[in-house]
Amino acid sequence: MGFLIAIVVWGVTLAMAVPFFTQTWWMPESITALGDEIDEAFMWTLAGTGVIFLVAQFALGYTVWLFGRKSAGPASDSHGNNKLEILWTTAATVIFVGLTFFGYSVWAETRFIEQKSMEPAEGRLIVEVTGQQFVWNMRYAGEDSQFGPTDINLIDDAAGNPVGLDRSGPGGSDDIMVPEMFVPVNREVEVVLKSKDVLHNFFVPELRIKLDTVPGLVGKLRFTPTKQGRFEIVCSELCGLGHYKMRSFLHVVTEQEYEDWLAEQASYLF
Amino acid sequence: MTEVEVSPEVAEYTEVHRHPEPKGFWSKYIFSVDHKVIGIQYLLLAVVAVFVGMALSLLVRLRLICPECSYPTLGTLFPVGAPEGVMTPEFYLAMLTMHGTVMVFMVLTTAPQGGFGNYFLPIQIGAADMAFPRLNMLSFWTTFVSFLLLMAAFVVEGGAPQTGWTGYPPLSAVPEATVQGIGQDLWLASIAVFCIASLLAALNFIVTILDLRAKGLTMMRLPLTCWTWFITAILGLLAFGVLLAAGVLLLMDRNVGTSFFVPGGLVVSDKQIDHSGGSPILWQHLFWFFGHPEVYIAILPGMGVTSHVLSTFARKTVFGYRAMVYAVVAIGLLGFVVWGHHMFVSGMSPYSAFVFSILTMCIGVPSAIKTFNWIGTMWGGKIRFTSPMLYSIGFVSLFVSGGISGIFLGQPTIDLYFHDTYFVVAHFHLIMGVAAIFGMFAGLTFWFPKMFGRMMDERLSKIHFWLTFIGVYAIFGPMHYLGMLPHPRRYAEITGVDFLVEGGAAQLHLFITVAALLTVLAQFLFLYNFVKGIYAGKVCTDPNPWEATTLEWAISSPPPHDNFGGKVPHVYRGAYDFSLRGAKRDFAMQCNDDKAVYGEQSAASGD
Repeated sequence: MGFLIAIVVWGVTLAMAVPFFTQTWWMPESITALGDEIDEAFMWTLAGTGVIFLVAQFALGYTVWLFGRKSAGPASDSHGNNKLEILWTTAATVIFVGLTFFGYSVWAETRFIEQKSMEPAEGRLIVEVTGQQFVWNMRYAGEDSQFGPTDINLIDDAAGNPVGLDRSGPGGSDDIMVPEMFVPVNREVEVVLKSKDVLHNFFVPELRIKLDTVPGLVGKLRFTPTKQGRFEIVCSELCGLGHYKMRSFLHVVTEQEYEDWLAEQASYLF
Repeated sequence: MTEVEVSPEVAEYTEVHRHPEPKGFWSKYIFSVDHKVIGIQYLLLAVVAVFVGMALSLLVRLRLICPECSYPTLGTLFPVGAPEGVMTPEFYLAMLTMHGTVMVFMVLTTAPQGGFGNYFLPIQIGAADMAFPRLNMLSFWTTFVSFLLLMAAFVVEGGAPQTGWTGYPPLSAVPEATVQGIGQDLWLASIAVFCIASLLAALNFIVTILDLRAKGLTMMRLPLTCWTWFITAILGLLAFGVLLAAGVLLLMDRNVGTSFFVPGGLVVSDKQIDHSGGSPILWQHLFWFFGHPEVYIAILPGMGVTSHVLSTFARKTVFGYRAMVYAVVAIGLLGFVVWGHHMFVSGMSPYSAFVFSILTMCIGVPSAIKTFNWIGTMWGGKIRFTSPMLYSIGFVSLFVSGGISGIFLGQPTIDLYFHDTYFVVAHFHLIMGVAAIFGMFAGLTFWFPKMFGRMMDERLSKIHFWLTFIGVYAIFGPMHYLGMLPHPRRYAEITGVDFLVEGGAAQLHLFITVAALLTVLAQFLFLYNFVKGIYAGKVCTDPNPWEATTLEWAISSPPPHDNFGGKVPHVYRGAYDFSLRGAKRDFAMQCNDDKAVYGEQSAASGD
């Protein structure tokens, strides 16, 4: 019986672990330097915990096998071993707490963003993303790099004004509202996250980052995409019956394509 | 049967907690104040709830593999949620929400503590009953009312709530945001009532353990089961009060027009919502201040049973008993300061993530100590492969598998990717769901002969163990891979999400659903074994069939009304004295003095 348990425990352990080695079901390729760093933190954690996982499950099976044999001698009357106890407590503390310091700089780069300024600094592109059941609304400041004022009383989905933009307000006339996000490659993007109704979560797997959009709060994420392509934006916080269909796309394009796209969008305004 | 010694002063002291044996049916089986009957009532409630919860999970699984499939019976039962038998996305969310709520509250919280704790805590500490028997009865019946309120949510207009078991506002607070009626209110009322019941029970447990221990039973001689029930009760006392407050506030936001959790300026479907000044994140803080300790409320008793059973059937004392006690206490303390790791991407201050993350990693340390010590307990033992032993070995394996993914999720950087994906679903199901359930299987098969005076069929139990052990790994293992893709949680279907469709999510979902169906089927085997055991199991006249050491095994099965037949036991030793050198047998019961253990002569020579 002990051997059978050992075989099954080892079997399920390997079955769980192997796809992580073969990377059969895996993350999509990262498109930012930050994403690469997150992947690195992940791989370190995978290596560390993988070893612990395999060793612990192996030890469990082996112990059950060894001391479950009919030929095993009488049980010992050992009450424990303080040296061993201290050893593995220290080891566990060093490994677990040590891991947390990995990737802290990534967290800081992504999330420690001053919350005041809406002014784009040194070529940083700011895109305002407003979640609502069950669509994403993207807003660009337009030519004047200034977002126009919004008014809750102007919100009218049917009339194409989902965020209540006041076109007559300062900087409001050239704001661009679009359902999908276009950004130029290799330029820093700051996403300003808002919500009209309930919680949503802005998540692009290729960016490796996500953040809730919280009504009443402004959230910010920063990233610099280095690869071109079309990437899915999904909602990752339950927002109601259409949660699973709340999607959009992030298009990372060349600077020229971006300028052309922007000009085309602007031409619809007038 | 082992002699139980009476000490007159203790007998007089515990007399106040005794109550006369009930005569009528109602006072004996329904409104009983006997902790043993109440324990069984909690267990039966959990058995009913766990089958409801499993049925709900199967509906969820069925919709995931085939969103457009029709199940005519379902259409008859839920004409609105499943018109012509096809489940709507709203119905999917409702089943999901109810599955989580039923399992967390009505199964994982009731059975380990209210069920086994109620039945065996007083006996293991040598008491005639809980400290407050009437309060105990009130706790159970309040829990029962809470269960009825929850079930009522299925049948009211609009159906069950669709906001997940975490019920995040504004979705849960603003009726316009979902297509439902009073289901959410019933859900909140149910949880509030459940909190009250749990607070009463927690008080009772704490007082019982501090006040009613038999003479000689010091805290450091307590069985580890009692330690975990004790710490669980303290967690419950401190955590449920917070959830109660949060639940009442949310109920007020929904019905009275307050704005605790709803900010101003909301526009739902082009309609302005008349609220202002609330914070959705406040709910998350309150909810998880409860919610994280709740994880330990579910799992700690399972850890206690596992330690107890591993020691008993390895015929060896618990490896590092003190370390095990300190680890349980540490898990309890740290459990209160890590709730922020559920909120890394909530919009909460990113600075606090550092603190919560370090504290979260710290909680891995006592968890690792426990794992090492479980293996250490078996190392050098002489293992007997009874069914409770198998479940306990399974518990350790599942605990490791479920715990290890926590190391990923506890780091905010990595959580950025995995938060709210199936990776999280796999993590908490393994550790808080099935590991805890394996603790219950171990407890039930271990204590069954004591509770009913009959044995469960060992062969059936073992078959059930194998099916379930492999089954749960087949269900929750692949969910990690879904999380890698990364599959967001709570998606009614994957239609149109390219990285899921192309990444192979459909195949994984199919595999998981088949595994879930088979595993649920295997649970009927256990149910059959359980019911058959009660009525037709092999009669077990031996009060101590497992040759165990704690006090419950010194009295007849099932125990008499006041547990020790008017006598009060005296405890002479720790809870796990197995294979003592020079002893007559390979176990020494807690109520055996040295003379009984070593025989007349060796006791005199001071061996």
